[in-house]
Amino acid sequence: MRIKPALGLLSPAIIVIFIFMAIPMLIALAYSFATADAYGGVTMPPSISAYVQMLFTQDFDGSLIFTTSYLLIIWRSVYLAALATGLALAVGFPVAWYIVCQPPSRRRLLLTLVTLPFWINTLIRTYCWILILRDEGLINKFLSWLGAISQPLPLMYNQGAILLGLVYTFLPFMVLPIYATLERVDPRLIEAAFDLYASRYRVLRRVVWPLARPGVAAGLVLVFAPALGAFLQPDMLGGGKQLLLGSLIEMQFTSSRNWPFGSALAVLVTLAVVIALIAARGRKEAPAR
Amino acid sequence: MSDSKPSPCIEIHAVDKIFGSEASGYRALDNVSLTIKDKEFFTLLGPSGCGKTTLLRMLAGFETPTRGDIYLHGRNVVELPPRARRVNMVFQNYALFPHLTVAQNIAFGLEMLDWKKPQIGERVAKMLSLVRLEEFSARKPAQLSGGQQQRVALARALAPQPEVLLLDEPLSALDLKLRKEMQSELKRLQRETGITFILVTHDQEEALAMSDRLAVMSGGRVLQAGTPEEIYSRPASRFVADFIGEANIIPGEALGRSGTLAIRPEHITLGAGTPARLRGAVREITFLGADTLFEIAVPHGTEILKIRARLRGRAPDVEVDGHVWLHWPDEVEWGVDG
Repeated sequence: MRIKPALGLLSPAIIVIFIFMAIPMLIALAYSFATADAYGGVTMPPSISAYVQMLFTQDFDGSLIFTTSYLLIIWRSVYLAALATGLALAVGFPVAWYIVCQPPSRRRLLLTLVTLPFWINTLIRTYCWILILRDEGLINKFLSWLGAISQPLPLMYNQGAILLGLVYTFLPFMVLPIYATLERVDPRLIEAAFDLYASRYRVLRRVVWPLARPGVAAGLVLVFAPALGAFLQPDMLGGGKQLLLGSLIEMQFTSSRNWPFGSALAVLVTLAVVIALIAARGRKEAPAR
Repeated sequence: MSDSKPSPCIEIHAVDKIFGSEASGYRALDNVSLTIKDKEFFTLLGPSGCGKTTLLRMLAGFETPTRGDIYLHGRNVVELPPRARRVNMVFQNYALFPHLTVAQNIAFGLEMLDWKKPQIGERVAKMLSLVRLEEFSARKPAQLSGGQQQRVALARALAPQPEVLLLDEPLSALDLKLRKEMQSELKRLQRETGITFILVTHDQEEALAMSDRLAVMSGGRVLQAGTPEEIYSRPASRFVADFIGEANIIPGEALGRSGTLAIRPEHITLGAGTPARLRGAVREITFLGADTLFEIAVPHGTEILKIRARLRGRAPDVEVDGHVWLHWPDEVEWGVDG
């Protein structure tokens, strides 16, 4: 009986979620089971060839041959996204902890600084990294001016550059949720731990970290999800040399004109993120209870 | 602890604490000196902002004095961090670790001291039985009542066998009935463990009921230290007289003398006929059960002194607006500073 008024109040949210999230996903799901049109777009009849294509290539005689080329791209993407998430945690947790330890007025300033990059378009910020990293970029110019190097260091067009771009872009998504949970940790708990003979490391390990875990779980998902689907950083900083899922999907909708395959890959990424979400949630609830 | 002479447990020596700059900062403690004996139940009593909590946090190691020294069993601990002092604290809202069970909370300090597993288990079991929470060992703090949480906080702080236990307003979050229970529980724990307890409270009744000795603080200073009996019967100042129990402050001129004197309401008797020290009109009579409280207005020059008298039972021959004589024996009055 109490559900009805609740539903009424929730309806704007439900409509927004439906229009902006459910419908695009359902379209992607539907497209992934369609046939590719030669000029882009999709046509009938429905097929599962897009999914078959992930694991098999079609030989000239029509027989299917198992191939790992796409699996390799998926693996590389998951690996890079996971590595970027881990690095973002390693950088983001200390940053969040540092901000929490500041007096309130400074906290606000530092939080604004953390969110400041959102004010500038990601594309432009990624271009800025090119200006910094390329052979004639800031770093190489500076180092050769110092006389430390004679040849420019190959800072661009490798996995390191992609990682840097991913961590840089998505770091605020790690810092903010961790900050939110750390801020609510009662400082007296930390005092109590010190009072009970804990060292700084053990206070962090035994009190702060367990209490920050919900925020860490949220941060992991919030960084992993966009990092897995990112294509700007791999394309621009990685030079598109090593294909990743995001670039691969983007290609299917542009140059390759294979919308069903692009949709199928997108569905795969969504599934991976959902699985990561469930894993993060399960881990949060199990030992914290 | 095996000292033959009764060495003082804690000596606080001319301690100042100024938050902020020396010139414009807030002076939380002003030349505080105290000696606390071994195995004593000592209370720091005072209104909020009097510096009692700052002093307690200083003993724990969370604050350092701006000037002065603190000795714990003869060793100067001013520079030592909390973890280097055998002093544990029961925090005002208990500060129990919400992600740990009762048993894990109690074991925390022991693990940090790198005790061996079997010893920790033994000690935790002993602490659980000491605070009578054996069947709650696997619960999380959120699943306990306020009184139970309080006992876990006590067990956690007592488990590492500190030389001193600090208690920061430990009973303030409990309701009246539970508070009375915990008062005797704390006394029992102190007797059984033989550890020096230092309690901070603003509740004078609590301080009188529990302490072996207490210090009354105000404005960052210790106004008086002594046993509850000493402080109640001979308060050194008007503030102490008023803060500990209730006192009528009477200017000497009203009695044809110099100085100011104080007298407890329960020491005044009322008479209708015989002339005595003061005469006044009864303004209010409040029946309190065992006692009756009288508010009497005594004219003194152009002013009117309000004097409270507390009599056992009901005085039948006194009515509101009636005039009465106030009597008291010499030995119950005492002089106070202005």
